[in-house]
Amino acid sequence: MSSEVHTSAGYIKHHLQNLTYGQLPDGTWGIAHSAEEAKAMGFWALNLDTFIMSLLLGAAFMFMFRSVAKSAASGIPGGMQNFCEWALEFIDNSVRGSFSGKNNMVGPLALTIFFWVLTMNLMDLLPIDYVPLLMSALGVPFFKIVPSTDPNATFGMAIGVFLLVLYYSVKMKGLGGFVGELTLQPFGKWGMPVNLLLEGVNLIAKPISLALRLFGNMYAGEMIFILIALMGGAWAGLSVGSATLYGSQILLSLGWAIFHILIVTLQAFIFMTLTVVYLDMAHQEHH
Amino acid sequence: MNINATLLAQTIMFALFVWFCMKFVWPPIMAALEQRKKQIADGLADAERAKHDLELAAKRSAEILREAKEKAGEIIVNAEKRASEIIEADKAKAKIEGERILAGAKAEIDQEVFRAKEQLRTQVSAIALAGASKILGREIDAKAHNDLLDKLVAEI
Repeated sequence: MSSEVHTSAGYIKHHLQNLTYGQLPDGTWGIAHSAEEAKAMGFWALNLDTFIMSLLLGAAFMFMFRSVAKSAASGIPGGMQNFCEWALEFIDNSVRGSFSGKNNMVGPLALTIFFWVLTMNLMDLLPIDYVPLLMSALGVPFFKIVPSTDPNATFGMAIGVFLLVLYYSVKMKGLGGFVGELTLQPFGKWGMPVNLLLEGVNLIAKPISLALRLFGNMYAGEMIFILIALMGGAWAGLSVGSATLYGSQILLSLGWAIFHILIVTLQAFIFMTLTVVYLDMAHQEHH
Repeated sequence: MNINATLLAQTIMFALFVWFCMKFVWPPIMAALEQRKKQIADGLADAERAKHDLELAAKRSAEILREAKEKAGEIIVNAEKRASEIIEADKAKAKIEGERILAGAKAEIDQEVFRAKEQLRTQVSAIALAGASKILGREIDAKAHNDLLDKLVAEI
């Protein structure tokens, strides 16, 4: 940990900095040791913490579901199979509720989104300083453990969803139909530029709102955890003020964490449901 | 907070996870769920059918029991009727037989009586002749008095 950790601003900055791998100013490739270095790397850099955590979490739940799927039998299900089946039925039901077309991909897509986002969000509930401390002990300068507080992760997913929306729009309505939908309504063919503007915004707003909603919620949640953690950081010897702050940190962290369980699940569910709804729109002739 | 190539990596990772889920996770679990659903439905249908069968069987057994009882009653009634018929027939037969025997005996008696009478008649004429001849002290020409004798015999 560098010396900037010891100020409040430094502490916050440190917690919000991704572990970025890219080309350093001296031309070599390596890990950025400050926010400025990371910024200077430009586009061709990789946030290792986001990448590794999302890969691990995704692989973990895929492995869990796969191990159940391999031995899935129609007999009496065990605990793990029970859970996975329950999850699948839950996802399947909500997909059936909002998706009217027929597409074998939507169910698995919704399942993946829900559990990936959920597990990524759940990392928020780990004590905020433990992992960065552990990592700095291992010589890693930064480690942001919640991938969904990195806009790269949320936009990455949203772009995937957006590509699917585009693909199915063109596949279901034809290229002409899709372009027509963008340009010929709501004002008919004479209002084409206005139509394109309105519908274009409508179309672009989908992935952006998806990504920003998740990112904003998780980022804000993380920020509040950091601010709460600062209270205990204000410890200045044994005094009534310090003790009050320290006690408040414990209580507030607990309260916020409990509330955050709701947000974590809700955001995963919203991301999944909206994806399904957008795909449903892409499958329908008129919306 | 910088947008960088992580974006692409995340999109690719997302696509791979979705593909994996679609290929190896969703279908087997769904198939198992469907199969269990079917098994449960089958089981319930079987139970329903069995219940129905049981009801039918109970109804049938009651029917059979009722029929059997009816038949048994019928048989008993028939047997009683038959028994009384046989008794009646035997009684009638016995009566006829008795009457026949009685009639035979009567006829035999009559015959015996008749024969005895005949014998007596013939003997009476002889005795009468003998008596008369003794009384008269002489022989009576039987031929001459045949008419008389015959008349006597007929009178006896």
